[in-house]
Amino acid sequence: MFNIDNLWHEALLPTLHTMGLIFLIIIPLLLAVAYLTYAERKVIAAMQLRIGPNVVGWFGLLQPFADGLKLLHKETIIPTRSNPIIFIIAPLVTFGLSLSAWAVIPFEPGLAISNINVGVLYLFAISSLGVYGIIIAGWASNSKYAFLGALRSAAQMVSYEVSIGLVIIAVILCVGSLNLTDIVEAQKSIWFIIPHLPMAVIFMISGLAETNRLPFDLPEAEAELVSGYNVEYSSMTFALFFLGEYANMILMSAMGSILFLGGWLPPFHIAPFTWVPGIVWFALKISFLLFIFLWVRATFPRYRYDQLMRLGWKVFLPFSLIWVVLTASVLITFNLLPGS
Amino acid sequence: MINVAALTFYILSGVLLTSAVMVVTSRNTVYAVLFLILAFFNASGLFVLAHAEFLAMILVVVYVGAVAVLFLFVVMMLNVELGSLRESMRRYSLIGGLVGGILGIELMGVVIAWNTSPEALDLTSAPLVNYNGMSNTQSLGNLLYTHYALIFQGAGLILLIAMIGAIVLTLRTREGVKKQKLGDQIGRQAKESVRLIDIPSGSGI
Repeated sequence: MFNIDNLWHEALLPTLHTMGLIFLIIIPLLLAVAYLTYAERKVIAAMQLRIGPNVVGWFGLLQPFADGLKLLHKETIIPTRSNPIIFIIAPLVTFGLSLSAWAVIPFEPGLAISNINVGVLYLFAISSLGVYGIIIAGWASNSKYAFLGALRSAAQMVSYEVSIGLVIIAVILCVGSLNLTDIVEAQKSIWFIIPHLPMAVIFMISGLAETNRLPFDLPEAEAELVSGYNVEYSSMTFALFFLGEYANMILMSAMGSILFLGGWLPPFHIAPFTWVPGIVWFALKISFLLFIFLWVRATFPRYRYDQLMRLGWKVFLPFSLIWVVLTASVLITFNLLPGS
Repeated sequence: MINVAALTFYILSGVLLTSAVMVVTSRNTVYAVLFLILAFFNASGLFVLAHAEFLAMILVVVYVGAVAVLFLFVVMMLNVELGSLRESMRRYSLIGGLVGGILGIELMGVVIAWNTSPEALDLTSAPLVNYNGMSNTQSLGNLLYTHYALIFQGAGLILLIAMIGAIVLTLRTREGVKKQKLGDQIGRQAKESVRLIDIPSGSGI
């Protein structure tokens, strides 16, 4: 009954294959996160007429590694009045979630760890879990600033998820599938950013709020809350929050480019564009959206909290709801519903 | 022969039941909510095993992503005392045991019915029979918006009423609160906002 050969072929080999794929995605992702911090400092420095990091390595290219090593050999301080188990779990949750979402991102046709039917829902579920790392961190720190930051962030992230959900619904109405590969394939004739431009803008702004980036970085608001939910964290625990936040930014950009910018598709299906491999187009689109993240940070001041909530609930929610109804009506009126 | 699916099922359901027990027995309320989240995750894993991937994702989005966040929010803010918790546990143990007992008997009845009459089991999967070859999401949508359209809308209405009720209960207009009114701000003219006053030196306004 117990067949070792069978076990090898059916269970262990696929597991090893998947683990290999996971490493192939996570290592470039971590490198991308490291260089996103570098890019952020360089881009903002350029916008503010400064130089930015330029000492470690050529043009400061080794700066992210220097920062990482510095964080690594600092002491991990766990406050005595905190709840140590949950205090340690919180950064792990943030970082783990930001990596696990990449399991369904298709980089090219067929190039994804798992091409599941409900890919876009999986992404939405993972991004809605991101709030836990922050709220748990705020509670476990047993500190007023951290707790206030965590509460702000919980309210903010839950509010903006609603509009992200409606944006996703408007897009998948035009696709007829929750599969991310299908969503990209459906944009062969036209990228969804053109018919859904207002939704793309709402998605981008909600993405800023969802990843706690400026102008919506109220959870960490240095000026009022010192550093918000991660004020008690040091060393690697802090680094995990930091890396998680940046990995989430890359994830949001990847979602944006899949939903609105046609994923791996070239802008025109003619010769010089089709020579470039799809994964390069995908990376270029992600980089463009990431640049917008950094650009916004250098440009806008922080929102006030009541204005943030008003924008989420009284502007984005009704507008995206109306847009969903409008999309459905147009699709039905002109008999454009996919699969009909 | 090792059946990986069965092994996964037993791991998921084992963790699910253990964490469900921990929800009611753990003395720290925040731990209880965290165990509840673990239970939700394992339930969604069970849905995936049953090829109900849409339900699995919706369970995570709705319950873990929204409902449990609010639970955690409330529990962290309230900071429930352990002593009062034990006090209320003693007081409600009788009625709680009664409700639990009735539920247990009913569940046992269901299991006995399934075992004695196999056709009862078919009833549970009946609606999906006609939708073979479709993905889980498509078949659910097809059912909800055709056979069960009215019931589905009714469920939505009930949720809407609950939402309106919650808003009515908490909405109160307080006097003297400085609140930003965007319409007023934008509609403001220079004529009604700026005055030029000649002030004689040595005196205020």
